[in-house]
Amino acid sequence: MANALIHAPKTAKRGEVIEIKALILHPMETGFRPGTNGRIIPRNIIERFSADWNGEEVFALKMSPAIAANPFVSFFVVADRSGTVKFRWSGDNDFLVEEQVAIAVE
Amino acid sequence: MTTSRRCFLAGAAVALLPITSARATPADMEAAIREVTGGATLREGPVALDIPPLVENGNTVPLTVSVKSPMTAEDHVKAIHVFNEKNPQPHVFNATLGPRNGKAVVSTRIKLADTQQIAAVVETSRGEFWTARAEVIVTIAACLEEVN
Repeated sequence: MANALIHAPKTAKRGEVIEIKALILHPMETGFRPGTNGRIIPRNIIERFSADWNGEEVFALKMSPAIAANPFVSFFVVADRSGTVKFRWSGDNDFLVEEQVAIAVE
Repeated sequence: MTTSRRCFLAGAAVALLPITSARATPADMEAAIREVTGGATLREGPVALDIPPLVENGNTVPLTVSVKSPMTAEDHVKAIHVFNEKNPQPHVFNATLGPRNGKAVVSTRIKLADTQQIAAVVETSRGEFWTARAEVIVTIAACLEEVN
């Protein structure tokens, strides 16, 4: 099972620029490495990460095999109103994980 | 007839060629950059590409791209692209940003297969393209060790 870790403040002042960090467990197999049997291990990566604030996409990252295993990403966002931030990782072999956090803006 | 040392070295060099051609080259990186910019001129802009100059383990290398931008609706960073020269593929990531981000800063961790140059290309809402480059020395490359 995939395991995602989100680091985001629970509360923020209106208009504050907050940092959100997201980490997920995933091998990010490149598809260029031979395994112990000499055959190439098939590619298995996360292709896309996105973050939606109340349904509006505020950040997206298209990944390539050059992203390290257990992809970590950090970005900034303006906290304009309270709501939920929904994170979505999708990739090879129908990989799909969704996670959400609530942020209260005062 | 015995093979002279020179002949042997020439043969060895030819035998080694296929290994290097399996990788992206600096020309591939420039081609990938042109695909993004559409041939627009790249300028050195207010872009900082933070990556350690000397990396011990190429399997996970922290990388931060920060751009000085007001991030308003009229003037903001639309996308940050990162490319490499010598991994099997020139692409590293493409990040999509907008005025909602407030700050054009993106961090992640990447893999590096060799000592090489990394390039960040920033696309702004005004249609400008900025770039920043960094040289990285890698002592243990990614993607080489056997898996269990």
